[in-house]
Amino acid sequence: MFSPADLATLPFDDWVNAFVRGWLVPNFRPTFRAAQVPVSAVLAGLDWFFRWMPMLVTTAAFALVAWRTAGRATAIITVLGFAFIDMIGLWNHTMTTLAMIVTSVLFCTVIGIPAGILAARSDRAWRVIRPVLDIMQTIPSFVYLVPIVMLFGVGMAPGIIATIIFALPPIVRLTNLGIRNVRADLIEAAEAFGSTPWQMLWDLQLPLAMRTIMAGLNQTLMLALSMVVIAALIGAGGLGLVVNTGLGRLDVGGATAGGVAIVILAIVLDRITQGIADGAGLRGLSLRQAVMNLLRLRGTAPGAEAQKAG
Amino acid sequence: MQPKLSVENLYKVFGNDASRALALLREGKGKREILEATGATVGVQDVSFQVDEGEIFVVMGLSGSGKSTLVRMLNGLIPPTAGRVLIDGEDVAAADTARLRGIRREKIAMVFQHFALFPHWTIAENVAYGLKVRGMPESARRERALAVLGQVGLEPWADSMPSDLSGGMQQRVGLARGLAADPDILLMDEPFGALDPLIRRDMQAELLDLQKTLRKTIVFITHDLNEAILLGNRIAIMKDGCVVQIGTAQEIVTAPADDYVAAFVADIDRGRVFTADDVSSEPITIQLRDTPVREALRLMEKHGSQALYVMDGKRVAGVVTYRDLAACEMDASTPSPTIRSTLITDYPTASTDTQLSALYGPAGSGLPIAVTDDNDRLVAVVEPNAVLSHLSGEAETDSPDGQSAEQKEGADVQPR
Repeated sequence: MFSPADLATLPFDDWVNAFVRGWLVPNFRPTFRAAQVPVSAVLAGLDWFFRWMPMLVTTAAFALVAWRTAGRATAIITVLGFAFIDMIGLWNHTMTTLAMIVTSVLFCTVIGIPAGILAARSDRAWRVIRPVLDIMQTIPSFVYLVPIVMLFGVGMAPGIIATIIFALPPIVRLTNLGIRNVRADLIEAAEAFGSTPWQMLWDLQLPLAMRTIMAGLNQTLMLALSMVVIAALIGAGGLGLVVNTGLGRLDVGGATAGGVAIVILAIVLDRITQGIADGAGLRGLSLRQAVMNLLRLRGTAPGAEAQKAG
Repeated sequence: MQPKLSVENLYKVFGNDASRALALLREGKGKREILEATGATVGVQDVSFQVDEGEIFVVMGLSGSGKSTLVRMLNGLIPPTAGRVLIDGEDVAAADTARLRGIRREKIAMVFQHFALFPHWTIAENVAYGLKVRGMPESARRERALAVLGQVGLEPWADSMPSDLSGGMQQRVGLARGLAADPDILLMDEPFGALDPLIRRDMQAELLDLQKTLRKTIVFITHDLNEAILLGNRIAIMKDGCVVQIGTAQEIVTAPADDYVAAFVADIDRGRVFTADDVSSEPITIQLRDTPVREALRLMEKHGSQALYVMDGKRVAGVVTYRDLAACEMDASTPSPTIRSTLITDYPTASTDTQLSALYGPAGSGLPIAVTDDNDRLVAVVEPNAVLSHLSGEAETDSPDGQSAEQKEGADVQPR
């Protein structure tokens, strides 16, 4: 049976090898090394800070934020969960992981929101950005771990960079979506009053898209957390390292302990960011929130009606 | 005097092949032919009009007539394909982006059908939007916003959110936002279209009230001819992207340019189009003094009228009717009676700009209605018959037949 391989075989892997090893790494290694400097600096600072902070202070701060944004139940979960992590002896690893997560999410935000804004304002930019995001989301992360190690070496910062690549797409997509979904009549009104594109962005598009952007941030955060274990393969520390070590030694207990700590951290961060997103939505008028408000304020609703009539 | 806003041969063609479509259009091809030939849709074709300062100019048309496209070309939200839009002699269509922004900030504001209030801002912040865009400092902005909110009666709601307000109130905010920047021209795109009929009527009255003091140049878009007639100093009627007639309400109702306009006008409440001035006639009067009844009767018989206004010097003293006078004349108990004994002092009055619809009640009394000027002088009278015959649309022929009475009835019950 004939197959295209009979005509010619393409040494595609050799080409990639030649490109990465023969050209990219020798020529650009210093550039990439320099590019990781800000990442390393932010990470080192945060890591030091989180580990320096006494456990009780950190827990209290998280519980307070959780209470303000997501309610009492989340605050209680936070206190209990963090206490559990401390008691199984993984507090320092958890704080390192937290520093890594915060660093990657920070860089994802700094890169992702402007990219999303650009994509929303120009169809041409979106046509370029979209396939890049598709590739980032579908390519298995192990594939880019190797070139990352070649370019950046091993350690924390390369792990963060892999995490950024993995976690970036949702925030770009949802920023784009949020801005594009701002009601056209509001955009027209802003335009009719002579606002500049920047004024429109600050006054209208970003505030009204904030809920969607926060949902994107939440997604990015969750993806970053799920990357923790994989990033540990190339030398990032924290809870990923605990899991990997357990895996290597067939130490089920150790791996599980690391896994549980990751899950607790994930739950707390997810609830808090979702709470923030819902808070942003309160003024952005989502249907769900409107219904919830209606149910919650049922007692006061007639008064509000009377005010309207008067 | 230079008109405030002047539109000259304005065209809008939607589609990629606009210039070819425009050429075909100028050759006199129809909308459909052009759509088939080029795939382009004609939105507005060859519209020209002028709006004077302080005038309410209403553009009336059904959906798809191009009126919304037209109004958006006036402030450049939709760039025209051809033609000029001159504001104080400056062509909006030719302005660059920065200049266009300047025109929108300083000269022309807009009120939208669905209010388009910013949901994340308070009412005061919404109203101050145009000022914020201009870069006015916050405290000055708020002060101005509160002043304008006071004008539309919403000052207590300054710190509420738009979602807390009813539709009518939201549109007041929309209007206040338009007024806050103190523009010369206000574009109103079916501003009351989304409101309940009762609220709409309130808003119309309020707009007219505000306009008395503000004297803005207003371009008002509506699909409701009654609204157009109520508000418009002049009205342009649009159909399929063309203006088919421009004129005052009276001109359009009395002389529709074509069948399309005539069909609209047929349903119109004529009582709101015409005023006492349109139906009044020269008053026949008699001096009070000691005029004998007989003389008054003779005068009425001569003019074929049923009642007569009685003057005391230059002042109206009252009205006498033929029936009363005749009865008085027959009554033998008073020899040589004067008209003083049958004088009716409780007579109906109106001013020259009273709407015809407001004369239905007075006309029902059967007495002629005295039309007086500001100094209470009698300038004309309206015969009850004239009111009815004018409503039927046959002012000149003095005989309301069955068909026209039916038409009047139809006009009365039509919902507004």
